[in-house]
Amino acid sequence: MNALSRKLIGAAFVGAISLTAVGAQAADISGAGSTFAYPILSKWAEAYKAKANVGMNYQSIGSGGGIKQINAKTVDFGATDMPLEQKDLDGPGLAQFPIIMGGIVPVINVKGIDAGKLKLTGKILADIYLGMISNWNDKAIAAINPGLKLPDLAIAPVYRSDGSGTTFNFTYYLAEESPEWKDKIGVNTAVQFPQGIGGKGNEGVSAFTSRTDGAIGYVEYAYAKQNKLAYALVQNKEGAFPEPNLKSFQAAAANADWAHATGFKVILANQPGKDSWPMTASTWALVYKNQDKADIGKSVLTFFDYAYKNGQPAAESLDYVPMPDNVVKLIEESWAKDVKGDGKALWP
Amino acid sequence: MVDIPSSSSRVLQLRGPQHLFDRLFRSATLFFGLFILLLLGGVAVSLVVGSSAAFSKFGLPFLWTDIWNPATERFGALVPIYGTLMTSLIAMVVGIPLSFGVAVFITELCPPVLKRPLSIAIELLAGIPSIIYGIWGLFVFAPFLQAYVQPFLIATLGHIPGLGVLFAGPPFGIGILTAGLILAIMVLPFISSIMRDVFETVPPMLRESAYGLGCTTWEVIWRVVLPYTKVGVVGGIMLGLGRAMGETMAVTFVIGNAHQIRTSLLAPGTTISSALANEFTEATTPVYTSSLITLGLILFFITFIVLAAAKYMLIRMQRQAGG
Amino acid sequence: MAKDLARYARRQRKNWIVLGLSLCATGVGLFFLGAILYALLVEGIAAIRPSLFTEMTPAPGSDGGLLNALFGSAVMTIVGTVVGTPIGVLVGTYVAEYSRGNKLGQAIQFINDVLLSAPSIIVGLFIYQLMVVPMGHFSGWAGSMTLAILVIPVVTRTTVDMLALVPNALREAAAALGTPKWRITVSVCYRAARQGMLTGIMLAVARISGETAPLLFTVLSNQFWSTDMNRPIASLPVVISNFALSPYPDWQRLAWGGALLITLAILCLNITARSLASFGSIKQ
Repeated sequence: MNALSRKLIGAAFVGAISLTAVGAQAADISGAGSTFAYPILSKWAEAYKAKANVGMNYQSIGSGGGIKQINAKTVDFGATDMPLEQKDLDGPGLAQFPIIMGGIVPVINVKGIDAGKLKLTGKILADIYLGMISNWNDKAIAAINPGLKLPDLAIAPVYRSDGSGTTFNFTYYLAEESPEWKDKIGVNTAVQFPQGIGGKGNEGVSAFTSRTDGAIGYVEYAYAKQNKLAYALVQNKEGAFPEPNLKSFQAAAANADWAHATGFKVILANQPGKDSWPMTASTWALVYKNQDKADIGKSVLTFFDYAYKNGQPAAESLDYVPMPDNVVKLIEESWAKDVKGDGKALWP
Repeated sequence: MVDIPSSSSRVLQLRGPQHLFDRLFRSATLFFGLFILLLLGGVAVSLVVGSSAAFSKFGLPFLWTDIWNPATERFGALVPIYGTLMTSLIAMVVGIPLSFGVAVFITELCPPVLKRPLSIAIELLAGIPSIIYGIWGLFVFAPFLQAYVQPFLIATLGHIPGLGVLFAGPPFGIGILTAGLILAIMVLPFISSIMRDVFETVPPMLRESAYGLGCTTWEVIWRVVLPYTKVGVVGGIMLGLGRAMGETMAVTFVIGNAHQIRTSLLAPGTTISSALANEFTEATTPVYTSSLITLGLILFFITFIVLAAAKYMLIRMQRQAGG
Repeated sequence: MAKDLARYARRQRKNWIVLGLSLCATGVGLFFLGAILYALLVEGIAAIRPSLFTEMTPAPGSDGGLLNALFGSAVMTIVGTVVGTPIGVLVGTYVAEYSRGNKLGQAIQFINDVLLSAPSIIVGLFIYQLMVVPMGHFSGWAGSMTLAILVIPVVTRTTVDMLALVPNALREAAAALGTPKWRITVSVCYRAARQGMLTGIMLAVARISGETAPLLFTVLSNQFWSTDMNRPIASLPVVISNFALSPYPDWQRLAWGGALLITLAILCLNITARSLASFGSIKQ
């Protein structure tokens, strides 16, 4: 009995000692936001830690969270899949630059329908999420899927319950294709879905979709692939149904005009081109133009520089599209111009 | 000058610091005692301060507005309040009979040898953290409900006029009903252990007399034990209710986080605590954050009332047992 | 006569039915305990290997363990307990030894019991407003303080209960020897009640080691090894919650592994505490 209390006190003592022994670690940096970019950011962080011994702690709390936390200065950078308007950047004094691109795919969980077999149009997707199409054997779905056996099964739409750039890009595409969606629901990081199940993060949507018969959800491609979820094909602007893969994401990204966009604000959804995947998206990092701590600011930029230049293989292994070299050049020029600490430019 | 014997002067010298220690120790205990009251006050004040932005924008209608739209910055608490009450109600409907059964078994039927291990086993259910119920609920319980229980409910109860609306719609596996059932399991140990304790306060004389008159065990419970302990039993139930309303992680995993009110119990919904766990880190605007804190304030208020009532009843029960 | 017999049979039948149902209810409770433990063992055993205790939480597709989360949880739990326990003991001492049933003592006990069952997420909100917002960042300290607040009511409650069991004769005997009141409390009452109080501390540790909700927005989490309590730090419950909801099978496995660890630790604490409580009755 006494031995036990001694042990407890001993443990507490060791804990206290280990706390007082805390030295200043190398300037670790922290980021939060987009769940879309989470897998690749944590992959990069792991490699960077091994190389430079600087920890980049990224927490996926949704794009809305990223914007909130950078505004509250609880993190060193935020990550969002919805680019901010110039006024929202200028208010707090933020700069934004794209870090990675990827595709959003609709995923389904319907017995007997394999990945890539089901075709959908933007209008049908919108009607499903509006609740106007509620069964998988609906005429509208059957009409563009001749020869596919559709079961009599209720559709369970799964959406993002948190503020999310994935939702922004998804609703952007739906609003382009469905006037009714545009009027009733609109485009935002969080909208009021008329029905369905809300999952938190891409993780939550993947989990709910894979666990619910008859579900349909929309997730970042890496999540669909990792979870072996059956994806559906979506019709693009040219009326084609490209396969969602690196090639079709790159095709959509290739058409983007980064050079002339203020604040790198380019929406990749519904880009023209026969091979373009219609729901392509990118993630932006948000940093303060005037860094309170110069060394931290420098650390953040150095991390992204490393990711742009050495992180392509990791990105492609997780099915993301890395930023092309010419765009990286534009981004780093903007750093040199905009990001300052102690009154001096932090880059290069 | 009177000569004080050296011995007593030493006593006096000792008394000085000792006396000081006494005062210090007493003050310390009093200080932290008051600190507890301050803590509760501090929580209330911080929530009220945090909720002011939302309150000034929406006013009282916040309580019965069913909109929750971050895009347009329109918020209302009705949906999460409904979800909290509905899941707790299911937890009570399922949990009270179960808890009562467990308490009866342990006090009346159980061989003395098994009494302790059984009590400990049931109380271990209370020790399992919310998050564990959550992942178990999501990975094991919800798929099971979706595959076997819900289709059965839809096919049977779903066709009864009136009652049918509660069991309509596709079986998602996750939703209000699943959350309520998990809560029922979670509150079982709390309610049953209090019931067990109050059942044991019944004077043996009363029990023995009833048995002497030829009552069956059930009649003794129903006519002697329950009337004698009803205040305590209700107190225990209220305590379970207060727990159920505040439960977070387990519910967050299985309720489906949908800001909507549906008549069907199979539909997904949201509760106050799950909305907080889900959305708090990402509420972008001050009004959004403030609306969430207001939800917290509402939860604090409801659970405080329920728990205080429960506590009051249990104290009355104690007095009765003591007096 | 026959009517009486029939009525007697009916009463007996009713009795058996109800008692049968109560047996079923107990079975249901035990079944769920078994089902949860079974799922944890089946899913979690696969994750229990040495790397679980030696490596950090991995990026998707890499190998890793839970070391940083285990460390973060341990430190925050220890700090929370070390801060919360003395406060809880002192509050309990006031209620049991000094208030002697006055209105203030009753009020404190009442509020404490309400806090005991109050939703932990509310405590998280409170600390967010009190610490995270002014400090400008999430931190291990904020998490520790949240846990400390959750420890206090548990320790207070058991301290009050245990001190109430200490026979007054002991106090009187000590007072007759001229012992000052504080010494009586510390050397006599605490000593007599120490086993029960230790039980309370164990229950408090069990209660906070699985807390998740309030840590979500006070500590956040950390992918890496970090000993800096002023920054976000990984903790087992939060990592379990993040990994369980992830699409990566290896992360889900780690979540189950962590869940198994936490549950086993808590069950051991609970069982030890309860058996202590049963043997630890005050030696008269």
